[in-house]
Amino acid sequence: MAPTLLATGVSSSWPFSSLSFRAFQCWLTRYRRIWRSSIWSSVLGPICYLGALGFGLGTLVDKHSTASLGGVSYLAFVAPAILASGAMNTAMGEASYPVFGSIKWNRIYIGAQASPLRPADIFRGHLMFMAMRIAMNAAVVIVVMWAFGAIRSAWVVLAYPAAVLTGLAFAAPIAAWAVMVKVETSFNYLFRFVMMPLMLFSGTFFPLSQLPAGLRALAYATPLWHGVALCRAFSLGTAASDPAGMGGHAAYLAVLAAVGIWAGARTYRRRLHV
Amino acid sequence: MSHPPASLDQVLETSGSEVLVRARGLTKKFGSFTAVDGIDFDLYRGEAFGFLGPNGAGKSSTMRMIGCVSPPTSGELAILGVDPVRNGPAIRARLGVVPQEDTLDVELTVRENLLVYGRYFGLPRRVIRERAAALLEFVQLADRANSKVDPLSGGLKRRLTIARSLINEPEILILDEPTTGLDPQARHVVWDRLFRLKQRGVTLILTTHYMDEAEQLCDRLVVMDHGRFAAEGSPRDLIARYCSPEVLELRFDPDLHHAAADKLKDFSAERSEVLADRILLYVADGDAALAAVRASGLEPLTSLVRRGTLEDVFLYLTGRRLED
Repeated sequence: MAPTLLATGVSSSWPFSSLSFRAFQCWLTRYRRIWRSSIWSSVLGPICYLGALGFGLGTLVDKHSTASLGGVSYLAFVAPAILASGAMNTAMGEASYPVFGSIKWNRIYIGAQASPLRPADIFRGHLMFMAMRIAMNAAVVIVVMWAFGAIRSAWVVLAYPAAVLTGLAFAAPIAAWAVMVKVETSFNYLFRFVMMPLMLFSGTFFPLSQLPAGLRALAYATPLWHGVALCRAFSLGTAASDPAGMGGHAAYLAVLAAVGIWAGARTYRRRLHV
Repeated sequence: MSHPPASLDQVLETSGSEVLVRARGLTKKFGSFTAVDGIDFDLYRGEAFGFLGPNGAGKSSTMRMIGCVSPPTSGELAILGVDPVRNGPAIRARLGVVPQEDTLDVELTVRENLLVYGRYFGLPRRVIRERAAALLEFVQLADRANSKVDPLSGGLKRRLTIARSLINEPEILILDEPTTGLDPQARHVVWDRLFRLKQRGVTLILTTHYMDEAEQLCDRLVVMDHGRFAAEGSPRDLIARYCSPEVLELRFDPDLHHAAADKLKDFSAERSEVLADRILLYVADGDAALAAVRASGLEPLTSLVRRGTLEDVFLYLTGRRLED
């Protein structure tokens, strides 16, 4: 039985789903062409942010009391938030236009669906690539954080998976939505009304204690805040004092990612197998 | 992951019957619009079968259902003996698809397009490399293997799409308007390659709205209109059944066009068609008919006697021209 399944190319329980992995390889082949230029922008981004905010703005902030920052320098405070929000930005970039374009522009999905790949495989394969890009960019940010002396604890090794999880919590649901999008201008709403406010009001650049109570409650409900809180606790080494809180943040993000993965398999099928 | 039944390959291999695709009452609806309206057909191994019809006739919807990327709304469909809804991946592994619009990855090279596609089918890299070299040779693109796809002409892209569709050595090749948009020379190259595939035993299923393409390639075809089959047979059968041996095409001064059409109504042709710019008379003997037209006092600006074609068949069956 096994050989016949292999012959039709449908055996797929190993390693994750070999069919999804085939779709991932397509993205890898494409990425090989552009990785050099993409690395430069990945490196330059965190250097600019940490330079301008950590050193520029941070010098001003640190002259006043940093008690509301938890007694650490502004650089140490803001760096893990750059890590988390960077993961979100990478996720939004990779899960929006590239997904839409795979149907409308370069039609990669349309080509792939004539093969044994099912819509869910096409989705998961692309999501694997998004996860890879998120992980690559997060690694770069952590190296830059280290170079800037912004890391306070060895627990930072856990900030890395936390950042990747944050990215996935955005990438999976956004890709599940993006595949259904009919006009590309819809993505402007995503970037203006989701990414921008989340970036500004998720405890990234200032602690949420600075916000009025109503807005604070709203911020607590957003995924980026959970990602920032998780990354910050690991980078500053305060995670051990609040294991339940950390578990809560991680669970919130994991549920969001899981819902996205579940939904994507369905929206991709509805969009591709009409 | 829903595994296909264990015996699927046995079914596929030993189904005995040479029917590769069987449809009964096959229907596809999009909301209240019926794209394919209960069609029946059997496609046999090794034949070239054509779906002829104007845009919107339901050809592409039928192709997508056969390609296992569009579940039928109702009716029966069996491909390689099994249900496409439950065994899509296993069937698609044995199909090649040349879609209406190219889906090549223009950022990759010609060869990389084949490599990526071969991976979709789970083929080992070594096998893909060997096949890619042979296929690029086959479609005469070997010298462009390392060039990017983007700058290639429409004809070369089409040939690459055909090469890509063959990477899994499919038993059935589905071609949706394979030469639409190509110049005549490029079309002939594509036809030649498709004909060679047919010689090798690949079953071809194609849609077209070019009658010459259907005549060149198809052993058997259906004329499709409004989601239904208007007629079915070999090109020669259809012409014999629905068209006179010869057709006389007459073009008159535009001011006299309608008057001439009225007068020719009573003419002793089997049948006539009044187009916007021409009048067609379906007759047994074109030259004799032309002489008779002239004798009746009508003087056409131009006249042409030709053999009946599928275009005439289509016009007769649907009242419309194919390429409208």
